[in-house]
Amino acid sequence: MQVPAPFQYARATTVDHAIELLNEGGEGARIVAGGHSLLPMMKLRLANFDTLIDINGLHDELGYVREEGDEIRIGAMTRHRELLESDLLAAAFPIFRDAEHVIADPVVRNRGTLGGSLCQADPSEDLSAVCTTLDASCVIRGRDGERVVSMEDFHRGPYETAVGEAEMLVEIRLPIRPGGSSAYFKVERRAGDWAVASSGAAVWMSNGVISDARVGLAAVGPNTTGIPAISEALRGRAPSEELFAQAGALAAQACSPAVDMRGTVEYKRHLADELTRRALRKSVERINEQGA
Amino acid sequence: MTTVETRLTEFADNNEKPVGYGRMLRKEDPRLIRGQGNFVDDVQLPGMLHLAILRSPVAHARIKSIDTTAAAALEGVVAIVTGADLAEKGLAWMPTLSNDVQAVLATDKVRFQGQEVAFAIAKSRYIARDAIELINVDYEILSPVVDVRKALDPDAALIRDDLKDKTDNHCFDWETGDAAATQVVFDNADVVVTQEIIYPRVHPAPMETCGAVALFDAVEGQLTLWSTTQAPHAHRTVYALVSGLPEHKIRVIAPDIGGGFGNKVPIYPGYVCAIVAALVTGKPVKWMEDRSENLMSTGFARDYIMNGEIAATKDGKILAVRTHVLADHGAFNGTAAPIKYPAGFFGVFTGSYDLEAAYCSMTAVYTNKAPGGVAYACSFRITEAVYLIERMVDCLAYDLKMDPAELRLKNFIKPEQFPYTTKTGWVYDSGEYERGMRLAMELAGYDELRKEQEERRARGELMGIGISFFTEAVGAGPRKDMDILGLGMADGCELRIHPTGKAVLRLSVKSQGQGHETTFAQIVAEEIGIPPSDIQVLEGDTDNTPFGLGTYGSRSTPVSGAAAALVARKVRDKAQIIASGMLEVSVADLEWEKGSFHVKGDPTKSVTIQEIAFKSYGAGDLPEGIEGGLEAQICYNPSNLTYPFGAYICVVDIDPGTAVVKVRRFIAVDDCGTRINEMIIEGQVHGGLTDGVGMALMEMIAFDEDGNCLGASLMDYLIPTALEVPDWETGHTVTPSPHHPIGAKGIGESATVGSPPAIVNAVVDALKPFGIRHADMPLTPSRVWETMQGRHVPSI
Ligand SMILES: Cc1cc2nc3c(=O)[nH]c(=O)nc-3n(C[C@H](O)[C@H](O)[C@H](O)COP(=O)(O)OP(=O)(O)OC[C@H]3O[C@@H](n4cnc5c(N)ncnc54)[C@H](O)[C@@H]3O)c2cc1C
Repeated sequence: MQVPAPFQYARATTVDHAIELLNEGGEGARIVAGGHSLLPMMKLRLANFDTLIDINGLHDELGYVREEGDEIRIGAMTRHRELLESDLLAAAFPIFRDAEHVIADPVVRNRGTLGGSLCQADPSEDLSAVCTTLDASCVIRGRDGERVVSMEDFHRGPYETAVGEAEMLVEIRLPIRPGGSSAYFKVERRAGDWAVASSGAAVWMSNGVISDARVGLAAVGPNTTGIPAISEALRGRAPSEELFAQAGALAAQACSPAVDMRGTVEYKRHLADELTRRALRKSVERINEQGA
Repeated sequence: MTTVETRLTEFADNNEKPVGYGRMLRKEDPRLIRGQGNFVDDVQLPGMLHLAILRSPVAHARIKSIDTTAAAALEGVVAIVTGADLAEKGLAWMPTLSNDVQAVLATDKVRFQGQEVAFAIAKSRYIARDAIELINVDYEILSPVVDVRKALDPDAALIRDDLKDKTDNHCFDWETGDAAATQVVFDNADVVVTQEIIYPRVHPAPMETCGAVALFDAVEGQLTLWSTTQAPHAHRTVYALVSGLPEHKIRVIAPDIGGGFGNKVPIYPGYVCAIVAALVTGKPVKWMEDRSENLMSTGFARDYIMNGEIAATKDGKILAVRTHVLADHGAFNGTAAPIKYPAGFFGVFTGSYDLEAAYCSMTAVYTNKAPGGVAYACSFRITEAVYLIERMVDCLAYDLKMDPAELRLKNFIKPEQFPYTTKTGWVYDSGEYERGMRLAMELAGYDELRKEQEERRARGELMGIGISFFTEAVGAGPRKDMDILGLGMADGCELRIHPTGKAVLRLSVKSQGQGHETTFAQIVAEEIGIPPSDIQVLEGDTDNTPFGLGTYGSRSTPVSGAAAALVARKVRDKAQIIASGMLEVSVADLEWEKGSFHVKGDPTKSVTIQEIAFKSYGAGDLPEGIEGGLEAQICYNPSNLTYPFGAYICVVDIDPGTAVVKVRRFIAVDDCGTRINEMIIEGQVHGGLTDGVGMALMEMIAFDEDGNCLGASLMDYLIPTALEVPDWETGHTVTPSPHHPIGAKGIGESATVGSPPAIVNAVVDALKPFGIRHADMPLTPSRVWETMQGRHVPSI
């Protein structure tokens, strides 16, 4: 049994209560959602906190996937498993189900949340790439109310987000645009392992031409959750293997992976290329299927 | 392929319990699957304290000072103990299983990351763990020896300055075979293939980590130790020798054990710390290591760099094998092997082939890494040996452009050559290698697979077929050759039949999940006809079981299994005399039919074993010279090892774009001699094959250049899941061991030993279009891809 250092524990009953507790706790306070990123760090004593504010009681308030107008809105406490099982989400954004199939294992997915994943902002974490690819915006609530930031602004770098000290992430909003589809590919050393590299793509087409496309990578260094150069290269072009290869090459260039037990720099770069091609190819395939 | 339907019918049916050998559900499982097992961490004693160990954060450093003031002042802390405290009691160092010494707590230097430095005893596990954070150790960092190839460089830091006159990191040299004769064969061979082959350091990673509860009764002077041990009797003797406590005042209890794989063979500093803590505080003390401690500090396995050479004629007759091995033994030589075998049974690296010559030389060195070298289904280094020869044979097949199955078939030792003495002196007891190989090829559909491969290759797909054929040497062992710290490797066994015909069997071995309570009951049942459910099997408690060396190296059935059969026969012999009195005929006029004696020629005049048992304790006289009761004991000294073998075929597909390896099929044909319980055998095989997938594709305890362990959690040290393994296809042949009382050879490690080369051979075979002859484990996607690029693969 790995034993964490001593800490205080408080259970929030509403979002406002959680924010109140965060405010009281100051710098030493932390939210615990699914706990699957936070608790391992604490058990290994890589991180110690004075107070944990448990927001699992907010699942009723913040656990949902719903369509509102031309958006899909997902509550921060929505668990991986709920994301995986949501047909609404899979129909609008197949990339989510693709990604959730390969995130961790059922035990982790039963507890881990969308909010926790984005707020952890681990460079190997998959949902930041997914959300950036879908051009998501994030709703952050504090004592003074809510603000909405784009994923680009939310994700400040490894382990760093726009969420301030007495604030929490409450919702993710995904714009629905017609004529689009998406896909996610990941290589892992073993089921349940973090990615060696992953790539997600979303493509929108009209009249046989790509009207917009977004690609995001995970586990291959900072600032790869969205790669604008790829969008530029794809817009206005008809999909083809050459085009995907061009995008793949851009993905490989855009990343800056580090060597570790998961792989060499060259291999990860190669995967950024290979998986980007696959994600684009699959997205276009799915659009064509919809059309048919 | 095996289908779900056929597998269902193969399941054991406990309504038809065999009285003897046969498929039956495990007797221990109701307890284990209902969570009613009793493991060391389940032991709760009144007033029990908890112990946590402070471990070195660095690989190599001199300890300048240790300040325990803050830790000792923490509320709830009972005591803080350092190496200096132990040194006062003469307990700072202890012997290892290989006649080296190992620090219990470091006094002078730390020699690997994770080494034990001090411990806290406190009222709860939490407080103990918090307390060690408050111990302040001032380290003077020394340069670490991490790269095994540089350990003997003149400028390498000296690790073992505790050893008198030691000036380098040399641990031992060892050789086997005939160097000169081998040289001659190599000089005259048509073909010589050389290949460096690395077997990386892996970890047994049992589900239950190591731990102990120590209780010292000061009035009686009695120490009771519940501990995670595969060898309770051997441990007790060592504790007696080290601590000076008299052996009859020490009781070691191994309760249910959650997996061992060799990891629980050694005595770890933690056990000794728990004993010291109980002595110091007068209270029971529990120590239970956490997952990171287990992975970082306890007995690893493998870590051999093997330079293989194989000599053959151009038409594929293998003539000789030669290897030089560089062995990384970590900071202390803690290898668990019979003392005359510092490289374990690596000498069987000649494999299953009829050779003219063989030679191996080995250099073992110290490095700043965790000690051990035990395990992973311990196997006494046969895993490494089999990997070497089976990889080398494939390298030869590659160079000769021969089919690897054909090459093996051409070189097998023939059935009529048994008993066969290898060029390194091992006497293989029995084998029918070609039969096993042909069966595996038939089950696999080998020829069709090769055809399919050809078609796929033409389409640019990467499919590989890998073969391995292994021979193991298990069941250590004959006491004339084999002992551990002077303790001969023979096993005691006691059997008592109660008046109502139920029985208790007492064993010296200790199951860690192998199903002893079932298998051994079946062995006895087969001999005396009492149903297995009526036979209680006791093991693990030194106070109520006979002496013996424990369970590892697949030795339980070969050694204690023989003992169980022989003790049952001894009981049956006595039963026969009692029966002759009951039936009023001479002993020679009785015939045994499982479960009863009857008069020859008159089956109606018979007595059952149960009736005989009652008579043995009952009223009335027994035949002349026969004591009352029905029980016997024995100590079995094996005359030779047993040599299980098997033929494995693996089929893999590799995604050419990502280099991800998928094991599509795995066919395992095993021959472990007489089969006692098919279901347990298959379970052992399935587990071992899964181990093999782990080692071949993902497992490695790696270190960075500072000697930091990079595999200190299960997020970093990967073990396979159900998703990485195919639906195992098993088959078998039966070639009984001629010298074993029931012909059984042992199955515990066959699959662990045999599967890694089959998988690696399959991956390398898939990569043939890239001109690749070898790639080192673990074959992670990155390594496979790098290999496809023609780049030499990362360092260890
Ligand atoms: C074995 C294992 C394998 C894994 N594999 C993968 C993988 O392959 N891919 C992947 O993407 N992830 C993986 N994960 C991580 C998993 O997805 C986590 O659940 C997730 O990263 C964090 O979600 P959580 O709800 O558990 O967050 P927690 O651990 O509870 O919290 C993480 C951080 O987010 C903060 N936080 C949580 N919710 C909020 C909120 N609403 N507002 C503000 N801050 C908040 C917390 O304070 C904390 O700092 C794995 C985890 C494990 C244990």
